[in-house]
Amino acid sequence: MNLSMRWLNEFTQPGEMPMRTFTEAMTMSGSKVEGWETEGTEIENVVVAKVVSMEHHPDSDHLWICQVDTGDGQPIQIVTGAQNLKPGDVVPAALHNSLLPGGKKIKKGKLRGVESNGMLCSLGELGLTTHDFPSAVEDGIFVLTEEDGCDLTLGKPICEAIGLNDTVVEFEITSNRPDCFSVIGLAREAAATFDKPLSLHTPTVKAGHGSSDGMLDVKIEATDLCSVYSARVVKNVRVKPSPRWLRERLRAMGVRPINNIVDITNYVMLEYGQPMHAFDLRFVEGGQIRVRRAKAGETITTLDGVERTLTEKQMVIADAKKPIAIAGVMGGEFSGIMDDTNTILFESACFDGASVRTTARDQGMRTEASSRYEKGLDPNSCLPALDRACELVELLDAGDVLDGVLMDSHFSSDRRRIPLEHDWINRFLGISLSEEEMKAILAKLDCTFDGSDVLVPTFRPDLEHKADIAEEIARFYGYNKIQSTSIRGSAQGKYTARQKFDRTIMQTMRALGASEIMTYSFISPKYYDKILMPMDSPLRKSIVISNPLGEDTSIMRTTILPSMLEVLARNYNNRNAEACLFELGREYIPTTENELPIEKNTLIVGMYGGGCDFFTVKGMAEQLLEILCVKNWDIAASSEESSYHPGRCAILSVDGSRIGVLGELHPKAAENYGINERVFCLTLDVDLLFSLAEPEKTYTSLPKFPAVTRDLALICDDAISVGTLEKAIVTGGGALVESIKLFDVYKGEQIEKGKKSVAFNIVLRSRENTLTDEQTNAAMKKIMKELEKTGAALRS
Amino acid sequence: MTCVNQGGTAEKYLRPFGAEIFLFWRACSLADRRRNLERIDSMKQELEAIRQRAISELEAAKGQQELETLRVKYLGKKGEVTAILKKMGSLSAEERPVIGQLANEVRTMIEDEITKRAAELKEAILQERLKNEALDVTLPGRQRPLGASHPLSIVLDEIKEIFVGMGFDIVDGPEVETDYYNFEALNIPKNHPARDTQDTFYINENILLRTQTSPVQVRVMEKQKPPIRIISPGRVYRSDAVDATHSPLFHQIEGLVVAEGITFADLKGTLETFVKRLYGEDSVVRFRPHHFPFTEPSAEVDVQCFNCHGEGCRLCKGEGWIEILGCGMVHPKVLQNCGIDPEKYSGFALGMGLERVVMRRYNIDDLRLFYENDVRFLKQF
Repeated sequence: MNLSMRWLNEFTQPGEMPMRTFTEAMTMSGSKVEGWETEGTEIENVVVAKVVSMEHHPDSDHLWICQVDTGDGQPIQIVTGAQNLKPGDVVPAALHNSLLPGGKKIKKGKLRGVESNGMLCSLGELGLTTHDFPSAVEDGIFVLTEEDGCDLTLGKPICEAIGLNDTVVEFEITSNRPDCFSVIGLAREAAATFDKPLSLHTPTVKAGHGSSDGMLDVKIEATDLCSVYSARVVKNVRVKPSPRWLRERLRAMGVRPINNIVDITNYVMLEYGQPMHAFDLRFVEGGQIRVRRAKAGETITTLDGVERTLTEKQMVIADAKKPIAIAGVMGGEFSGIMDDTNTILFESACFDGASVRTTARDQGMRTEASSRYEKGLDPNSCLPALDRACELVELLDAGDVLDGVLMDSHFSSDRRRIPLEHDWINRFLGISLSEEEMKAILAKLDCTFDGSDVLVPTFRPDLEHKADIAEEIARFYGYNKIQSTSIRGSAQGKYTARQKFDRTIMQTMRALGASEIMTYSFISPKYYDKILMPMDSPLRKSIVISNPLGEDTSIMRTTILPSMLEVLARNYNNRNAEACLFELGREYIPTTENELPIEKNTLIVGMYGGGCDFFTVKGMAEQLLEILCVKNWDIAASSEESSYHPGRCAILSVDGSRIGVLGELHPKAAENYGINERVFCLTLDVDLLFSLAEPEKTYTSLPKFPAVTRDLALICDDAISVGTLEKAIVTGGGALVESIKLFDVYKGEQIEKGKKSVAFNIVLRSRENTLTDEQTNAAMKKIMKELEKTGAALRS
Repeated sequence: MTCVNQGGTAEKYLRPFGAEIFLFWRACSLADRRRNLERIDSMKQELEAIRQRAISELEAAKGQQELETLRVKYLGKKGEVTAILKKMGSLSAEERPVIGQLANEVRTMIEDEITKRAAELKEAILQERLKNEALDVTLPGRQRPLGASHPLSIVLDEIKEIFVGMGFDIVDGPEVETDYYNFEALNIPKNHPARDTQDTFYINENILLRTQTSPVQVRVMEKQKPPIRIISPGRVYRSDAVDATHSPLFHQIEGLVVAEGITFADLKGTLETFVKRLYGEDSVVRFRPHHFPFTEPSAEVDVQCFNCHGEGCRLCKGEGWIEILGCGMVHPKVLQNCGIDPEKYSGFALGMGLERVVMRRYNIDDLRLFYENDVRFLKQF
């Protein structure tokens, strides 16, 4: 919301102070200033000048040599190319060393050999348009006229002469303060902030041009959505430009002046915060105005020329036959003011905020009016605003106002009553003000009192509760004057076991060389294709965002894998030679339609380059599981994971429940991501891991007896996994097996085709005694027996 | 046994060989003395010769092996000193201890010399080795790969630590949330204009991606009786197109305190402490009135620009202050919605965005970098 300081000063005078002091004080009392600007500060050394004489440039058929008077009687020669001047015209002259908007500098010089001591300016060169000065021309020098309200004193700085010197402050208005979307509302805040009087004006309408009684039958049918509908009739409308002071204010507030009638509706909206509308009475058929819900499928062509189909949820202003406006949003095409408009109907109404908001949203047209209505306006301001509009019509001689107000209303003008719990407010805020001091603050905001009750003005729908009253007290007492305290009583903050578990995962992954990433939780459904997810996979059923920004962020991921691959691909494309990354993120598994999904915490590790292979990622999994105290996990090869290389993928499980998967990304998937390297990934179900972790540790006494080490070279079918052999060794050796270390796997020469040689180093130890040869041999024999069951034999 | 200074030749002559010899000498008859003196003299000369030779040879020795050879030569079974000791059999009972003692003295001297030389040689070898082993310490270290923390995690962990230190617990909440928890329970009914400022991703009419971490407040209050002191960090979603300062997904940290007698002054005190711990003890903080539907009174907290100290500069967009969080006293309606009696309890809530804090901390100028995860970016933290 922009605020013209000139306009503000009409209602309250905060006093002489630097703008910075004004804006700081307003910000700290709750009206946040986003910035401010004084008009015309870009313009320097441009003055009012009169064209004394003109002659043709000897060397040009379009240039004119003008002698201009800037008030000191010393003519200054300026050459201009404009064709709209004549001697006697008063114009803006940019003298030698002057500045124009956009940082343009004017210096004296020669134009085709003739000295020119400056430049005569057009509207555009001063940053203005014909909306600001309707008698001026677009493509020529700006000729100042009294008609446009210009001061023609020669030598006067141009900004002063044409009123281009207002200061405009931009406020951020919060949604709870519709009253501050108006000059009066902000003036009230300013008066309270600087503790100055607020002098509001009560509009008076002379009227007396006949009565409007019976001209129109006004009725609110949708009484739940419209509390007031009021209108006055103005006949013999004289459409013309508004006077300079009004145009100036509109311009300062960022509204383009159009003509007196339109300008009046905008002016009143800015001043009172009450949207107004003017209908051409010619197009109101059947002598009636109805405020009603639209009929399904009913259409209206709005002022912007768009034909719109309405629904029963949307509210319209209608005549006997058709909708003539979408209530609170925009008028119909024939409702506007035209050159031949004679009689108009000024509307000032109060519509339900939620209804206007929904309508504007559904119709995709948020307007100045709708953005005000949707915050909830005060029904009590309809009539003063309507009167103000008519008062302006008379002041501007824009038409003849008829007596009487056409209206229908359903509202109570009673003020809301909130007990002033003075002790509670002091306790709640941590201050100590007397009841009188509190009342003095509230009185500045137009609150009145009935005993110890606060009666809040109807333009403050946000004041409902004693906490709201407390906020008003706090704002004007000063938030920063409230003495800070510590919360009484002590509390012990702590991390839960789960939070520590997650932290351990992150720390371990970093220690293992993986860097943490963060990715978007939403992905494109196409990503499932990229990771080769089968069409019938249940994971294809995702939570779908109904209004996504784009396809790439349209569904919530059911697997974190594509998020990791996107990042790896980006790194690969950025020519990073290697990457080893992890994310502890969520996967979103849908449940039923009206239930929230399961948000599953998953660890994903992904890497390429740097010499990594399947066993790098497996080693990470092993070490992480060890640190997390997840014991007795199994690993089994799987060729069923569609995203992975069928021969280089494994499922990790504990007691048959799957805790994760690791392996080399399927080459086709890698290709889909444009990664020309082998990619290795690991995912682990963190929620499950946490439930499986056995972090309790018990000390086992150090061994008292020496160990026996035996090497075992075996030969077996290539298909038999080392894991199978290891299991056989453990089964055979039982408790005596302290450790098994694989030290060689060999295929090739000297080994029969389809076979391989596998060599282990086995450490045996008893906790009871030093192992004898017999014991050791017996154990080795049992181990061999188990190994033979797998088809392995001692290598001879 | 003490040895008294007797003066004279014998004293001077024998004293070096020890008190026993001297006393023995005194005990002998004059003739015996002369005879003994001659024998002793001859053997002494022999031993002295051995000693001198040994010492000069040892000094010349160049290695451990040479030392060992010399040890064998003098002290070994067939060594020269051993040979003298063997000859002792022919000596009288009186002479034997004298010469024995003498021989042992020489033996010890040689042994000591060997030990000394051995140590010297070892030291020399060590010195030589140390000299040869000198490294170019500027060669690169051999590193195990080490991963980096995401910058958002680093600062978030720091914020968590601060709050845990102030007695807050950390709780988690769902990101896919119901309209009720995200809006309704927070005093933002359907069609409330505040919904416009938070462009929401909807799943269906009742389910959405949370636009703020505030729904966790409601979930906590529904479950837990006051006193409550929690923070809840997490992801939130708003349909903002991606650019240098906007992201449809970002992180917030919610805070909530509910107990009997919590005041606005407590809110100020707590947040001032937090800001000073995060930004330094010399930070200047201000509370500026604002509006949130679920708090009343509400405030935004600004910290004075670290760059210009309030003068106004490019960093703070000329304002002199940088907005860092929103807060306020929990709205009585919200307490009531959660089944907490607003007449008995009061509380405050706060919400802050993480990304901007991190961007300022590390001078990061583009929010997209956080989610692009280029390793060259990640490795800087």
